[in-house]
Amino acid sequence: MIRALALLAALLFAQPAQADAFSEAVAGLSAGGFGEKIKAVETLAALGDARAVPILRAMAEGRLLARPDGALVIDGHDATTGQPAEAEGALAVSINNRLRSAIQGAVGRLGLVSPDPAERGRAAQAVLDSPSPESAAMLRKAIERETDAAVMTAMRFSLAALDLGDADPARRLAGVAALADSSLDPQVRGLLTRLAQSDSDAGVAGAARQALEGAETRLRALRIAENLFQGISLGSVLLLAAIGLAVTFGVMGVINMAHGEMIMLGAYTTFAVQEAFRAWAPAWALDFYLVAALPAAFLVSAAIGIALERGVIRFLYGRPLETLLATWGVSLMLQQLVRSLFGATNKEVANPSWMTGGIELAGGVMLTWNRVVIVLFAVAVLAGLAALMRWSFFGLGMRAVTQNRAMASAMGIPAGRVDALTFGLGSGIAGIAGVALSQIGNVSPNLGQGYIVDSFMVVVFGGVGSLWGTLVASLSLGVVNKFLEPYAGAMLGKILVLVFIILFIQKRPRGLFALRGRSAEA
Amino acid sequence: MGPVLSRLLAIDDRRFWLGFGAVGILLLAVVPSLNALPAGHALNVPDYAVTLLGKYLCYALLALSLDLVWGFAGVLSLGHGAFFALGGYAMGMYMMRSIGGRGVYGHATLPDFMVFLNWQELPWYWMGFDSFWFAAAMVVAVPAGLAFVVGWLAFRSRITGVYLSIITQAMTYALMLAFFRNEMGFGGNNGLTDFKELLGFDLSRPGVKLGLYTASAVMLGVAFLVCRFIVGSKLGRVLMAIRDAESRVRFLGYSATAVKLFAFVISAVLAGIAGALYVPQVGIINPSEFSPANSIEVAIWVAVGGRGTLLGPVLGAFAVNGAKTWLTGAAPELWLFALGGLFIVVTLLMPKGIVGLAAQARERLRGRPVPLIEEKRNA
Amino acid sequence: MLDDRPAQGSILYLDGVTVSFDGFKALNELSLIVAPGEMRTVIGPNGAGKTTMMDVITGKTRPDKGDVLFDGSVDLTRLDEAQIANLGIGRKFQKPTVFEMLTVAENLELALKCDRGTLATLFFMATSEQRDRVAAVLGTIGLRDRASLPAGRLSHGQKQWLEIGMLLMQDQRVLLLDEPVAGMTDAETEQTAELLLEIARDRSVVVVEHDMEFVRRLGARVTVLHEGSVLAEGPLETVQNDHRVIEVYLGR
Repeated sequence: MIRALALLAALLFAQPAQADAFSEAVAGLSAGGFGEKIKAVETLAALGDARAVPILRAMAEGRLLARPDGALVIDGHDATTGQPAEAEGALAVSINNRLRSAIQGAVGRLGLVSPDPAERGRAAQAVLDSPSPESAAMLRKAIERETDAAVMTAMRFSLAALDLGDADPARRLAGVAALADSSLDPQVRGLLTRLAQSDSDAGVAGAARQALEGAETRLRALRIAENLFQGISLGSVLLLAAIGLAVTFGVMGVINMAHGEMIMLGAYTTFAVQEAFRAWAPAWALDFYLVAALPAAFLVSAAIGIALERGVIRFLYGRPLETLLATWGVSLMLQQLVRSLFGATNKEVANPSWMTGGIELAGGVMLTWNRVVIVLFAVAVLAGLAALMRWSFFGLGMRAVTQNRAMASAMGIPAGRVDALTFGLGSGIAGIAGVALSQIGNVSPNLGQGYIVDSFMVVVFGGVGSLWGTLVASLSLGVVNKFLEPYAGAMLGKILVLVFIILFIQKRPRGLFALRGRSAEA
Repeated sequence: MGPVLSRLLAIDDRRFWLGFGAVGILLLAVVPSLNALPAGHALNVPDYAVTLLGKYLCYALLALSLDLVWGFAGVLSLGHGAFFALGGYAMGMYMMRSIGGRGVYGHATLPDFMVFLNWQELPWYWMGFDSFWFAAAMVVAVPAGLAFVVGWLAFRSRITGVYLSIITQAMTYALMLAFFRNEMGFGGNNGLTDFKELLGFDLSRPGVKLGLYTASAVMLGVAFLVCRFIVGSKLGRVLMAIRDAESRVRFLGYSATAVKLFAFVISAVLAGIAGALYVPQVGIINPSEFSPANSIEVAIWVAVGGRGTLLGPVLGAFAVNGAKTWLTGAAPELWLFALGGLFIVVTLLMPKGIVGLAAQARERLRGRPVPLIEEKRNA
Repeated sequence: MLDDRPAQGSILYLDGVTVSFDGFKALNELSLIVAPGEMRTVIGPNGAGKTTMMDVITGKTRPDKGDVLFDGSVDLTRLDEAQIANLGIGRKFQKPTVFEMLTVAENLELALKCDRGTLATLFFMATSEQRDRVAAVLGTIGLRDRASLPAGRLSHGQKQWLEIGMLLMQDQRVLLLDEPVAGMTDAETEQTAELLLEIARDRSVVVVEHDMEFVRRLGARVTVLHEGSVLAEGPLETVQNDHRVIEVYLGR
């Protein structure tokens, strides 16, 4: 990097003839009238000498002083040579708005010859803000010298965009052709639209129209991709909220209206862990508070879930409506408890640095890291649960007890303990979901309320007792919701989805992936 | 019709009629007389208390309507708040229209919120609401229609138990979201409010408030008798049979779908009437009335009082709401703990509610143990 | 539709009925014909499809394929339980299912043969004839002194009787009885057999039973079900000596 800079600097300074022209142009900056000063600025810019940039900036900021002897001084140094210089009796070079904008354009163009590639890249974009024939000429020159591929692309793009405004139809046509690939940029589309509507040359207008159509198609595709991602993202949130319910409601048949509060407790545990880390953990560990929050949230929610099962729900087995009411009561109490402990206001849970930001796809489509992480996390939780149910001994006991309680007990499986642990598992997963949800939304005492209807819908839609159904149902509901939103608005989209599910249950009362047979009808 | 009417009156049940008459006199004669006493008098029932009682009467009617389907037919609707709110909105629309040109913006026909939203003309579904009788018909027809459609869809495909509860909850949730939208034309977030008069009576006058209270009491009495007639009929026994063993009822040749639908629609109508009487007394109706939490709360009124009895929901509505009024004033942060605890205690320890406890105590006094009838385990 | 000549003259006609649950065939090409006024006993090991057969006839389960005709022509697969019951097919379940919260008399009143429409039920008033009928059935099933007791407080055997009483009240043309004497004492079983023989005089009765003594006592034609289809059919003695039946019952 430094070597490249040195090389560039050497190249620039190895042109003494230009150096003379440079000093001359600089001297012209303190000329009498504003018109002459502007001319001097333009001359300086046309030279393409990067040294002009600090001088012009200083001028814009009023730090460029003119000594009575005509020498120009910036912050105690000679403007041209950079040698220390006295500023005795010097006055600031006066500027006006017209001059200021000329300076701005010049600095922008001069950025194209900056030794710093990032600066050149920025300049390549900036010239689009003040298109002028000079900019185009400067760009053409800069492209010839450019060594950095990325900056080169940016410059070509800007040049093509500038060409669209050129007087020569051939140039404009070339510009359209060059831009056809990058026509997603709103600025470019604006330029192309203007050409398509009002260009005097029919060929140029037609080419612009064609380019625009291509852009529209690609934009549509991108919007679909964006909707798909947002839908999957929403679906994964639904999935997280519903997985725990798939265990407690789907496997055990317990209707737990406090499920949302288990999620809420997980989110508050995350908040508490974050505060603890901020208070006591070393700075480097702050980014990893989530790693500690996951097991903590699982344990907190699982413990409360087990207490709920042992204390209330087990007395109500076989009475689903009573279970519904009693757990609703629990949910009210948990909400009030959290409100009393933490206050009614929203708590802020920060994304760790590795979850902030995202990658931008073309056309302003953004994949934020926290959403991406949550999608992956939801799938991982589901896979983990499926593996646990399928292969572990506990999973075996769980399935045995739910399928034939008496038989399982007769075989020595402690049915009561399995019930408690199964319920604890479902609640713990809800707690984990709370960790994830704290990363994308507000943490408040009624966080869980927003998810309860949705997650029941997911489980019912997917088919009670089917994890696979839960996955398919949550993702498809998420995607459908997001695709409806642009047409129907967020709320109407939600209403339509609810109505759809109600109608769907007409056709398949037991969901997408229903168990059929005598056991399912008991 | 003669013998049917005599059964409706159930002349032989003298104890019932004595009690019914006593409560009627208390509500319709004693309370208004005490309200008429001068303000400083020790026995004076202040105007605000009359309105509060009127509110409780509406809640009692709502609870009674839920009990008809839940207590007797085993259908726990968690969407009865929606029928209540729809009845309320229908009445609210009438009262909005009767404001006429006296609104803040002074538009002759458009309610203020429509003027505010730059609406040019009245949406078609607001037509006719300038007539009280049309609005009254809608109070009945809209909840009945919704209950018919939802009930028909659900009962026909044999959605029972918690599935039905969740579907009805989703129904009221969807309606809440819909009514929150300004575009729906029901005042969005703020709902309908600033009512001036009902049938030409100034709503701010104490006499009118007493009238609304009286109307609520009479309506509750009528609804009580209607429910008593249904429950005491053979259809009532079919409803209870459905609650116990629905499929068995089908094998006896009764259409469980039709019977449940009948009860559900009647119940929705009663809930709608309750809402229509409620709104002029509280002076506002907004989408939060649709919130699922409200509907579940009604279930606890019924459970506290004793479901499957007609007296239970009325007692429960008064008891729970009385406690709510007192506690939210005295220690608001404790109210949700109390309500939540009530849900747990009632389901675990007193499944038959206050009425059941009273019956149990009476039987125990007579030295006869009451068997707790076990409900079958149906997963 | 198949040519309905073979169904003519039968009260129940099942042909090629198949029902499968998740790949398991509960009924496999089951064919069975019951004549009007006939009493038929159906036996078979557990899982032979006896209860599923009743579910199919009464509309609880729709067959995947096959014909189920009532009275030679009415297609039962298109009707629901209530419609089938109103056609004249009554059913008693394996586990007695009476309405436990209602009294014995109310249980019988619900079963009473009359217009079962919703409004008719709402305004129903028992005529003195109908009250006499309830009283008579109460006498027949020996529960007269318990008429106003909630059915939930009856003993198991009494519930079985109450259910039979409900079938009597319905006055159906076909009765399907699923293990009517399960859990009864010998004396009760004997009484039940007498009652059934009495009932069977003027209607068709299909009895599913495990108790061979009881089957012998009924003395009716026997159908043996095995793995969802008919294994053997005929008088009890013939069936009992059928080597395939012995194999199924005694193991291979």
